Amino acid sequence: MTEADTLLYLDGVTVSFDGFRALNGLSLVLEEGEMRAVIGPNGAGKTTMMDVITGKTRPDTGSVIYQAGTDLTKLDEPAIAALGIGRKFQKPTVFEPQTVWDNLLLALAGDRRPKFSLWARESAAERARIEQILETVRLPEQRHRRAGDLSHGQKQWLEIGMLLAQEPRLLLVDEPVAGMTDAETEQTAELLREINLTRAVVVVEHDMAFVRALGVKVTVLHEGSVLSEGSIDHVSEDPRVIEVYLGR
Amino acid sequence: MISHRVTLLTLALVFGGAVLLAVLNQFTPPGSALHVPPYVIALVGKYLCFAMLALAVDLVWGFGGILPLGHAAFFALGGYAMGMYLMRQIGTRGVYGNAMLPDFMVFLGWKALPWYWSGFEWFAFAALMVVLVPAVLALVFGWLAFRSRVTGVYLSIITQALTYALLLAFFRNDMGFGGNNGLTDFKDIVGFPVQADPTRASLLVLSALFLCGQFLLARFVVMSRFGKVLIAVRDTESRTRFLGYRPESYKLVVWVLSAIMAGIGGALYVPQVGIINPSEFSPANSIEAVIWVAVGGRGTLSGAILGAVLVNFGKTWFTSALPELWLFALGALFIGVTLLLPEGVMGLFRARAAKPGTAPEAEAAPAKGMVT
Amino acid sequence: MFRWLALALLAVLWLAPGPGRAQLADEALTALTSTSFNSIREGVEALAASGHPRAQSIILALQAGKLFLRGDKVLFIKDEDGSVIEAATGAAADVPASALKPVRVNNAVRGAIDAALGALRLFAPDAAARLQAAEAVFRSRDPAALPALQRAMASEPDAKVKRRMEQAHATALLFLPEAKESDRLAAVMTLRARGDIEARSTLGNLTGQTQAVAEAAATAITAIDRNLQLWSLLQSVFYGLSLGSVLLLAAAGLAITFGVMGVINMAHGEMVMIGAYVTFVTQQAMKAYLPGIYQANLLFAIPLAFIVAGLIGIAIERTLIRWLYGRPLETLLATWGLSLVLQQAVRSLFGASNRDVDTPAWMSGATELGSLTLTWNRMYIILFAFLVLAALMAALRYTSLGLRMRAVTQNRQMAAAMGIRTPWIDALTFGLGSGVAGMAGVALSQIDNVSPNLGQNYIIDSFMVVVFGGVGNLWGTTLGALTLGIVNKFLEPVAGAVLGKIVVLILLILFIQRRPRGMFPLKGRAAET
Ligand SMILES: Nc1ncnc2c1ncn2[C@@H]1O[C@H](COP(=O)(O)OP(=O)(O)OP(=O)(O)O)[C@@H](O)[C@H]1O
Ligand SMILES: [Mg+2]
Repeated sequence: MTEADTLLYLDGVTVSFDGFRALNGLSLVLEEGEMRAVIGPNGAGKTTMMDVITGKTRPDTGSVIYQAGTDLTKLDEPAIAALGIGRKFQKPTVFEPQTVWDNLLLALAGDRRPKFSLWARESAAERARIEQILETVRLPEQRHRRAGDLSHGQKQWLEIGMLLAQEPRLLLVDEPVAGMTDAETEQTAELLREINLTRAVVVVEHDMAFVRALGVKVTVLHEGSVLSEGSIDHVSEDPRVIEVYLGR
Repeated sequence: MISHRVTLLTLALVFGGAVLLAVLNQFTPPGSALHVPPYVIALVGKYLCFAMLALAVDLVWGFGGILPLGHAAFFALGGYAMGMYLMRQIGTRGVYGNAMLPDFMVFLGWKALPWYWSGFEWFAFAALMVVLVPAVLALVFGWLAFRSRVTGVYLSIITQALTYALLLAFFRNDMGFGGNNGLTDFKDIVGFPVQADPTRASLLVLSALFLCGQFLLARFVVMSRFGKVLIAVRDTESRTRFLGYRPESYKLVVWVLSAIMAGIGGALYVPQVGIINPSEFSPANSIEAVIWVAVGGRGTLSGAILGAVLVNFGKTWFTSALPELWLFALGALFIGVTLLLPEGVMGLFRARAAKPGTAPEAEAAPAKGMVT
Repeated sequence: MFRWLALALLAVLWLAPGPGRAQLADEALTALTSTSFNSIREGVEALAASGHPRAQSIILALQAGKLFLRGDKVLFIKDEDGSVIEAATGAAADVPASALKPVRVNNAVRGAIDAALGALRLFAPDAAARLQAAEAVFRSRDPAALPALQRAMASEPDAKVKRRMEQAHATALLFLPEAKESDRLAAVMTLRARGDIEARSTLGNLTGQTQAVAEAAATAITAIDRNLQLWSLLQSVFYGLSLGSVLLLAAAGLAITFGVMGVINMAHGEMVMIGAYVTFVTQQAMKAYLPGIYQANLLFAIPLAFIVAGLIGIAIERTLIRWLYGRPLETLLATWGLSLVLQQAVRSLFGASNRDVDTPAWMSGATELGSLTLTWNRMYIILFAFLVLAALMAALRYTSLGLRMRAVTQNRQMAAAMGIRTPWIDALTFGLGSGVAGMAGVALSQIDNVSPNLGQNYIIDSFMVVVFGGVGNLWGTTLGALTLGIVNKFLEPVAGAVLGKIVVLILLILFIQRRPRGMFPLKGRAAET
C-alpha cells in the first residue's frame, strides 16, 4: 500500500469525557475508494469516531490525516465538509420545515458563502441534479412535502440524498438502515455499493445481515479501540469478538 | 400564490394608507369630516417606525432563530445620530443662543464641541452614521458572539446586557449626548421646520416608503437561497456546519442588516416624536418589540408590521383610556400570545385560509419558514 | 528603672490632693478673677490641670456665661433661675445680683475652655466618654492638654482608651515647640502605629521640625498610605462580598430553575419583590397584633416569604411554564409578561411609592474592625446568604426531592421512565427556586427600597451571575456572584458606579465569548441541545 492510496488515517486518537475514554488510542486506515463497515457494541465509540473525523469533537491526543497531509483535528466542521467529507447522522437530521427539494438544494455542492447564496438562482444544471438524486433515493413524489412530514425511513433516504448532493469524496454513514424494512435495507445496501463506485464510504451498522450483504472489510470497535479487522467471516470467528458480543 | 397576494396587500396598505392620511391632512380644511388631525399623522408615523424595528427583530428572530432582547439599542443609536443632526440645525435659536454648542453643553459649561459631534451638521454625514453606527456595533458584537457559538437564551441575555450597558452610558452627562434629557427642541430638518404640518406629512410618507423598502429587502433576503440557509441554521444549526456552511457568517450578515434596518427606523422616529433620550435603550423596550413580532406572527414579515401597528395602537388607546390597565394588558398579551397563538395573527389567517382536511401540523412549532 | 520611678512619683503627685495641688487650684481661681483675658486663659488651663473637684463645673459655667465675680474677688455661679452658689465650694450663697459682674471671655479664652473641657472629660467615669475625649484632644493638637493627658494616662485602666491618649499625647507633643527631638521621634512612631487618615493628616501638617523628625514623618506617611490602601482594599472586599451575597441570594433561585429545568424565568425578580412585600406586611401585622415580639419580625418574614413566593411559583409553573417546556425563548417572553402583571398588581395593591420596612435594632449599627466599618445589616445578609446556600446544597444532596431533581436534570426521559413524576418535580423545583427568591426579598428589604420595581433592579444582574457562573452547579453561582460583586466594588472607586457597571457588563459580554456556557458548564450530551 502506498501513501497515495491512503484517504484517511486515524493515528492513536483518544477522546475522553470527564475521564471516561470514549476512544482509546484508536488507529484506522482507509484507502481511496474503499468501503468499510464499522461494527461494535453500543458505546464502543463508533459515533464518537465520526465526531472526531468531522470536527465535532476534538481529540485529546492523536491525529486524523486526510489525503496525506491535512490534519483534520486542526479544522472545524465547515472546513472539513469543504474538503469533501459528508456525514449522515445516527438520528436522521434534515431541515424539517423546508421541502425535500430545498433540503437537497441546500446540500448541493457549490459556493457556501453568504454573498453567493444571496444572489444565487436555481440553475438548470442544479435542477437536473436534484431530479436525479430524487430518483436515486426514490423520493420524486415527495419533492414538495415538508421534510419534517416524511416517515422515518424516508428521512433516512433524504439524508443519504443530501449526502450525495454534497458530492463528497468520503461518506460517513451512521446506522443507515435502523428502522427500515428488509426490502428497504436491501435497497440501501445496493445504493451504498453504487455510491462506492465513485467514493469512499464508512458505514456504521448493527444489522449483521446488512453488513454481510455489503461484503466489505469490517472493523470491530470495542471500548474505543480496534478489536478486530478483516472480512465479515474472519471477524465473526474471532474469539475476542464473540466474547464481546456474546459473553458478559 | 398567497405569499404574493399578502406582499402586495402589505405594500398597498402601508404606502397607500400613509399617502391617504397625508393627503387628507394636507388638502382638507380642518373643520371637514375627512380631515385627519396632525396628531394622527405623528402617531401613525411613529407606528411605521416601530414597524421597521419589528421587521428587524423578525428577520433575526423569525428567520435566524436569535431572540434579540436588545434591538431597541440599534433603533436608539440611529435615533441619536439623527438627533445629533437635528441638534446642530438649531444653531443660535437655542436658549443660550450658542451657534456651536447645543444647549445642554453650554449648561454643563463645555467650551468646545466634542470630536464625535463634528460632521453632524451635514445631513449626508448624519445619514451615513445612522447606518454605520448600528452596523459597526452589530458587527463587533455579532462577530464576537456568533464566532464563539453563543446561542439561545445566553445570546438573548447578553443582547440585553448590551442595551442595558448603553442605557447606563447614555444616562451619563459626560458622554455628551444630553444625559437624562437626551436631545430635543429640534427646529429644522433639511431646511424645513420639524413641527410644521407639511413636514410631518412628508415624514409620514417617507417612513412608509422606507418601511416598504425594508419589507421588500427583507423579503428578498428570506426568499433567496441565503434565506433558506438561514432557516436551516435557525432549526438545525449543527447540521448546516456538516454541509459546509458557516452559520456564524450567515447570522452575522442578517444581524448587521437587521441592526441597520432598526437604526433607520430610529432615525425616522426622532424627528416625528421630537425627542430621543436614553430610555429608548431600556431593555423593556426591546422586549416589547419582540412581542409585536410575536403578536403579528413570528417568521412572517407582514406579520411583524401588523403586530407593531396593532400593539402600539392598543398601547395608545390603553394609556389614554385605562392607564392602570396597560401593563396588565401588555403582560397578558405576552402570556396569551406565547401560549395560545404561537403563530400570531398571521397564523390565524393562514389557518382560515387552509382548506379543511389539510390542517396545519399538530405540533405547535412557530414559524414554518413560509414567507408571507 | 529611673523612668518608672519618676513616673510613679509623678502619678502620686498628680493624684494626691496634697498641698501642692491645692495651691495650684487656688492660683488658678485667682487668675480667673483677673481682668486680663490672658490671665483668665491661663487660669482656665491651670484649673483644668489642677484636679480641682469642681474644675469642670466652674469651666462649664464660664463657658455658659454663668460665672460671676464679686467685688472681693470671690467667684460665684449664678443659674438662670437666679440661685447663686460659690464657685470653689459649691455651697449655696446669698448674694444680690447687683453685686456680681460676669467674668468675660474672648476667643482665646473660649479656645482654652474647649481644650480644658476636653482634657477634663479625660477623667469621665464612662470609658466611651474618655475615648471620645482623647480623640477630641487628638484632633485639637493642643499642647496645653499635655499635663492633663499625662495625668489621665497614668490612671487610665482601659488599654484602648490609654492607647488613644498616648496618640493624643504624641500629637500634642509634636506641636509643643520646646519638646525634645527624641520625644518627637517617638511621637512620630506612635502616630505611624496608629496608621489612619487622622494620623496621616497630623503628620502632614507638621511644621518647623528638625530634619530627623521631618524625615521620620515622611516615611511614616508613606507607611500609613500603604496601610490605608490595604484597609480600603479590605473595605472594598467587604462591600463586594456584601453585594455579592445579595446577588447570590437573588441568583440562587434562578440557578435552580434555569439549571435544573432550563427555564428562564424573567419574573424571578418579581418573586424577590414579593418576598420584600411579605416582609412589609409581616411587620405591619406584628406591629398591630404582636408588638411584644416585634424585634423578631424577620424571623417570621423569612419562612413566610419562602412559602408565599414558593406557592406563587408552583402556581406559575402549573398554569404557565409547563405548557412551554422545550421552548426556552417563548418561556422567556411569557414570564416577562408575567413580571409586568405581577408588578402592576403589587402597584395596585400597595401603591407605587416605596414602603418603609424597619430594620430591627439588632441589625442596625456597625462595628469596627481596625479601620473597617462593618454594618450589621450587611454582615447578617452575608451570613444569611451563605446559610441559604448551605441549606440549598444540603437539600439538593441529601433529600429525596433533591435526588429526584438531580435525576431530572441529568436525564429527564430516563427519570420519567424510572417512575419519577417529572411534572411534580418540575413544579416543586420551580417552587423552591421562587421560594429562595422570596427569601432574597426579605434580605433586600433591609438594604433597598421596597417598591414594585425592586425586582427589575436585580434581574439583569442575577442573569449575569448565572450566565457567568454557568448553570452546572451552585458553586458556580456562588463564585459568579461573589466575583461580580467584588469586581463591581473594586471598579467603583476607579471608574464611578455607573461606568463601573458598564465595564462589568462589557467584561461579561467578552467573557461569554471565551466560555459560552459560563465558568462551570453542564457537561455531557444533555448539554448539547
Ligand atoms: N458528549 C459526550 N459527553 C459524554 N459522554 C459521551 C459524549 N459523547 C459520547 N460519550 C460517551 O462515549 C461513549 C461512546 O459513545 P458513542 O456514541 O461513540 O457510541 P456508539 O458506538 O456510537 O454507540 P451506539 O451503537 O449505541 O450508537 C458512550 O459511553 C457515550 O456515553
Ligand atoms: Mg452511535
